[in-house]
This record gives sequence, C-alpha cells and structure tokens, in this order.
Amino acid sequence: MALTETMTVNMGPQHPSTHGVLQLILELDGETVIKATPHIGFLHRGVEKLSEERTYHQVLPLTDRLDYLAPMHNNLAYVLAVEKLFGITEAIPERAKTIRVMMAEITRLKSHLVWLACHALDIGAMTVFLYCFREREMIMDMYEKLSGARMTSNYFRVGGLSADLPAGFEADVRSFIDVMPGHIDTYEGLLNGNIIWQKRIQGVGVISAEDAIDIGLSGPSLRGSGVDWDLRRDNPYSGYENYDFKVCVEQGCDTWARYRVRLAEMRESVKIIRQTLDRLQAGPIMADCPKICLPPKKDVVNTIEGLIHQFKIISDGPKPEVGEIYQGVENPKGEVGFYLVSDGSGRPYRMKIRPASFVNLQALPQMVQGRMIADVVAIIGTLDIVLGEIDR
Amino acid sequence: MGVETLGDNVITTSLDKVVNWSRSRSLWPMTFGLACCAIEMMATGAARFDLDRFGIIFRASPRQSDCIIIAGTVTKKMLPVIMTVYEQMPEPKYVIAMGACACSGGIFDTYSVVQGIDEHLPVDVYIPGCPPRPEGLMYGLIKLQEKIMRERNSFGAAIGIGEVINDA
Repeated sequence: MALTETMTVNMGPQHPSTHGVLQLILELDGETVIKATPHIGFLHRGVEKLSEERTYHQVLPLTDRLDYLAPMHNNLAYVLAVEKLFGITEAIPERAKTIRVMMAEITRLKSHLVWLACHALDIGAMTVFLYCFREREMIMDMYEKLSGARMTSNYFRVGGLSADLPAGFEADVRSFIDVMPGHIDTYEGLLNGNIIWQKRIQGVGVISAEDAIDIGLSGPSLRGSGVDWDLRRDNPYSGYENYDFKVCVEQGCDTWARYRVRLAEMRESVKIIRQTLDRLQAGPIMADCPKICLPPKKDVVNTIEGLIHQFKIISDGPKPEVGEIYQGVENPKGEVGFYLVSDGSGRPYRMKIRPASFVNLQALPQMVQGRMIADVVAIIGTLDIVLGEIDR
Repeated sequence: MGVETLGDNVITTSLDKVVNWSRSRSLWPMTFGLACCAIEMMATGAARFDLDRFGIIFRASPRQSDCIIIAGTVTKKMLPVIMTVYEQMPEPKYVIAMGACACSGGIFDTYSVVQGIDEHLPVDVYIPGCPPRPEGLMYGLIKLQEKIMRERNSFGAAIGIGEVINDA
C-alpha cells in the first residue's frame, strides 16, 4: 500500500472510550494507524510519595483508590506485603484468610462486570452495559453491608479484617452466586453469536505469547495469548492453594480470546466463592499480635486499655525490622504488587507499586499498529486499563 | 388531558419561569470521568438509578452539553484540558464538583493535585463523599435544578440584555 501523507490525531484525554484520562497520539494514514503513542500522567496523584509519611496502617485507604474497580485486591496485596514485612503471615487466622479470598473473588466479578460493560458499550452494545451494571449493584449492596462503602471499601487490615461478616451476609452471597452463572449465560447469549461483536474483536489486537512475555503482560491479557500463568496457582497467597479452580487459557492471542478468558474466569470465581462459603468456620478475624495489629473496635470504645492500645498503634505506628519485601497478587487485570522498603521506622522508607494496567498498556502500540482507527477503541477495552493504577 | 383540553384558552406565565423550567429539566452533562467518581457517575446513569427520568442525558461533546460534572481528582496536568473543555461549552453552563477530590483535593494533598476545582472554575454544586453515592449525585443535580429555577432575567441575559440575577 502506497504511503500517503500522514495525519496526527489526538485521542483523549477527554474521550469517552479511553477509560479515563489516557491520551493517545495516533499517526494515521487514512484510517490506518501507523503509530500510537500513549501519554499518561493525567491522574498522577503521588500515592507512592504520600505513603512515605504515613504509618503502615494509614497507607491502606490510599490503596483503594489505585485500581478503583478492584479495591479489595489492592488492599489484599498491600496487607499481605506488610504482613510479610512484619513476619506475621503465619499468624493470620483461617477465617480471615477465607473471607479475604471470598471478597477477592467477588471483587474479581465486580471488576470483570465493569470491563464487559464498558468494552461492549465502546463497541456499540448498549444492552450489555445495563445488564452488567444491574448485577454489579448486587455486589455493591454486599460491599456496603460489609464495609459501609460502595466502592472504596478499605475492609482488610494488617493482621486480619476490620470487622466480621454482618448478619445474613453469607445468605446474600449464596443467593448471588446462585443467580450469577445464569447472568453470565445471558451475556454470552447476547454477545457470542452477535456478528457485529465477532467481526469487531476476532483477530483484533493480536499479540504473540513471546511478545506478551517480553512486554511483561499479566492477567487475562497474558492468558489470552496462551501462556498458562496465574499467581493464585503459581505463587499462592492467602490460602489459594487449598481451592480447586481452573486457570483459564485461550490460544487465540486476540481480543476474542481475552474475552473468552475473562468470561471463563467469572465462572471460576463463582466456583471459588462457593468453596469459601462451605469452608467458612467461626473463629477470630484478627491475628494475635498486639504490637502490630489494631485492637477490636468493641474494646476501643468500651475499655481504657483498648483505647490506649489503639492510640499507641495509630500515633507511633508499628516498627518493622530493616529490610525490603515484595508481594504480588493476581488482580482482575494482572499482577499487582507492592514493594516495601523499611528503614526500621514506623513509616515505609519507599513504597513501589507494580501496577498491572501500567505494564499491560505497553502492549497497546504494538497491538494497534496497522489496524483501523475503530479498532483502537476495542483494543483499549480489551486491555482493561484503569488510569488510577497506571498513573498512581 | 394537558394541553389538548385547553382549547382556545391562553396560559400566561413569566418568561423566566418557562426558560428556567426548560433549562433545568433538560440538563445535559458532559461525560467527563476523571477517576473513581466516574464509575459512580456511570452507575447513576445505569438502570438502577436512571438519570434519564430527570431529563439528564450524558453527551460526549462539550458543544452539546450545558453542565460539566467534575468527577474525580483534578491534577495539574489535567487542569488545562478541563479548562479547554469548559470554554468549549456554550452558555449557560453549570459546574458540579463531585467528590472530595473535586471539592477540595480530598486525601491527595500532594504536589500534583489541584486542591479543589473551585480554584479555577465557578462551581455551582459541591457533592461531598469519596466517592459520593448515586443518591448523592442525584440530590446534587436536583439542587442544581432548584438553583436554575431561582434565576431571574435568564432569557434577557442570553440575548444580551442585562445580566442573570441569582437570588441567594
């Protein structure tokens, strides 16, 4: 094809399909993309710097706002990292671990629902958006019951959980996972046989397994390229090794394959949630490490000892040994990790976040090269990026 | 019912009331999600809360909208873009600061975050919360409708006669 004069088009940061404030500089030959350059930083809030002047407990609310579609996964990655730094990983009670897994998987469903809603909406399927948000509201109600907030839950704590499950919560989860597989069937019924959906995503955004590994992709974006890698199985945390689930892999390397992976993952999440419910037993929800963990709220408001305990932990902050650790978890988008450096004081010397979306976004220029401009929207959707996590 | 049974009769009202009524009942906000609050804004627009029943329809172009919902953290890098979008909107235009970050910077008191969009844009309604519930956003939009209903000389100002008078 003869190259004519190219045109530079500025897509974003104000664009309804860039999933936030992403800017793409597209170099076009007619409607074909020759080169795409992502520009980020429009949501840089300085989370890593902020955390350096907070105690280990106070950093937790900041992590909610990184990947705001999956707040519990960020909480989980952070608390696991801090627990590893303090060396109390073994002390976490069984009930707390089980509830963490249950909420992490519910969050995975929540995040994938927003992904499917926005991905389909960008490509033109409005109905799927309304259905996905309907089911998401059920999860939001559970979140609200559990933590008091619909989105920024801040439910996990270093050493356990902030509170036990409220009355009737297990029944809510059970009725939710009973209906959810049927809803996933509905989404597949709306999309799988839809010829527009097929044409828009099959063969679009191809990335080979080698390239995916070289770039450092993780999560469904990696498994859609046929690489069998899932941190929940390959580097288990929070008791994931005890659950029976399948790692979903597709060989297609395209947007369609990633769509299939995510829908299969939603079904697997429902299976894991069912197992956690069967396994849930009464017991403590906080590790017995009074020098590190917060006391139960009941003691703080009722006894003077509890109040002093809370005051000491909040004002000084627990002090870990000098050292550095890394802990990653399998977020709905890929591997989210926290790298903490301690200088022995009550505050992190450095906190580095390894965001999944930031690394996955690197694949975008390669994926859109040579495609039509309309495919760019589909490819942004399939990477499932969240700008809060990319810019931090 | 309604207009059909009026026959040859005439309804009298003040121009302000008609103009304000039509403006406040067809607020078309810009889809301009910045961060977490944008997801709650989407949830408010979806089936459960349904903004369409207030006559509120999200538009993707600033040229077609008369209200901008600042939904999320405004950074110093993003501010010029927001100003450009705001300037592209036709008069009359209204600004809603949704969430703690847009109101005051929220928990992000850092080198990169604008400490409240009201430092740069005339905000009509502040909605607190991190993020605000959909009910909160709806309440804010209803408050904006009430504010528009209280305006005087809104039509005159549009055709160049005098200024809009806002009652306290």
